[in-house]
Amino acid sequence: MMEKELLNEQEIERILTRITHEILEKNKGAQNICLIGIVTGGVYLAERIKNKIKETEGIDVPLGVLDISFYRDDINISKKRKTIKPTNIPFSIDNRTVILVDDVLFTGRSTRAAMDALMDFGRPAQIQLAVLIDRGHRELPIMANYTGKYIPTSREEKIKVNFKETTGKDSVLLIKQ
Amino acid sequence: MKDLVGIKELSRQDIEEILNTAKAFKEVLQRDIKKVPTLRGKTAINLFFEPSTRTRTSFELAEKRLSLDVLNFSVSTSSVVKGETLYDTLKTIEAYNVDYIVIRHSCSGAAKFVASHTPASVVNAGDGTNEHPTQALLDAFSILEVKGRLDGLKIAIVGDIIHSRVARSNLYLLSKFDTEIRFVGPPTLLPEQPPDNVKLFYDLKSGIKDADIIMLLRIQLERQNAAFIPSLKEYFHVWGLKKEAFSYIKDDAIIMHPGPMNRGVEISTEVADSPRSVILRQVTNGIATRMAVIYLLTQREV
Repeated sequence: MMEKELLNEQEIERILTRITHEILEKNKGAQNICLIGIVTGGVYLAERIKNKIKETEGIDVPLGVLDISFYRDDINISKKRKTIKPTNIPFSIDNRTVILVDDVLFTGRSTRAAMDALMDFGRPAQIQLAVLIDRGHRELPIMANYTGKYIPTSREEKIKVNFKETTGKDSVLLIKQ
Repeated sequence: MKDLVGIKELSRQDIEEILNTAKAFKEVLQRDIKKVPTLRGKTAINLFFEPSTRTRTSFELAEKRLSLDVLNFSVSTSSVVKGETLYDTLKTIEAYNVDYIVIRHSCSGAAKFVASHTPASVVNAGDGTNEHPTQALLDAFSILEVKGRLDGLKIAIVGDIIHSRVARSNLYLLSKFDTEIRFVGPPTLLPEQPPDNVKLFYDLKSGIKDADIIMLLRIQLERQNAAFIPSLKEYFHVWGLKKEAFSYIKDDAIIMHPGPMNRGVEISTEVADSPRSVILRQVTNGIATRMAVIYLLTQREV
């Protein structure tokens, strides 16, 4: 197994600053937006974007946590079961612009599951997608509005995102089996 | 794991996984849309060979919240009254290609028998005096919600222990955690030889006064083939939990009952409706816990 560091802590920080500015530019500020992080990596990223919006605009954007396990289409075929974390969206998403945040965009099935779940919570004005890494291999017609870095990968390769919150250090690794 | 036949077969880790998943489903039950598409296209059948309202409706609601197609089978309207065996009933049901069978039966071991003769996932909804695993799981979930932990608690189980599958499943579950378990009741309703980790109390006050959890059981007259207590009135007088108990039990003790409760037999109205009672919370948690069990039993390709 070979590991290659694609992004370090500083680079991730710069990317998140850029994504934050792109979100604010596209939405002309932060007035009507909310952030929803997809468990677990997306939540850490959404928290950081929230803090950056607060620093830049002085606005506390609502932040929700979404676990998509109950909306996945692969319950029969996934070999591994992930630990489920309760979803927590303590505000109305009706008529808001929801920024969905995830660490890696791959087949698009997680994003679809997240959008299905959001529709059970209300009727957002818009859903936008922000991802740190887009590794390609889409199986559904889904594209991110904000992409940190596009990294073309082979199916055999894996992308691993480490977070300070869990491993003590931020990094993005390419793993070849 | 294919089936949930009893708590006895589960590890502490299995139980923690079920309780953790139940927490996520409890959040689903608090939404405006209380339904998830998780098991769309799959089918569950509720096979109830014994009368039941709350357990059957709780399972049915849990199944519907998971988007399962649900069939209900009750013995009074089935071919069982015409003499069909459990095995033949099961084979007929299997021909429907169901994915989950929830079974309640008056014979201990019925759930295990069914589980070993079908590829469907089987959930035991109570078999004779053996086990009622989802009741113990929902009790544990309710305790965890209120107390934040299971370890380090003193739990008094009061009443008809020998006839109770709820007591048995709770005993197995709580024994996997660092708990002090007490059986409290008249000698005729307590086991003569309790497990080593259980303390017997033949006096209500001493059994419950410093307990964190007071778990009352229903007097199971339908399972008693002899006179174990002189009368229900006398049972209430000596063993019923009445408001006087508030003067000596712990301030933060909670009162539980698996239902259906008999007011004026094991519990007084003042206690049943008091803020210490978590009986209705147990009912709500039953749905989330049963959703978790069914979800986790979903068979996966390997």
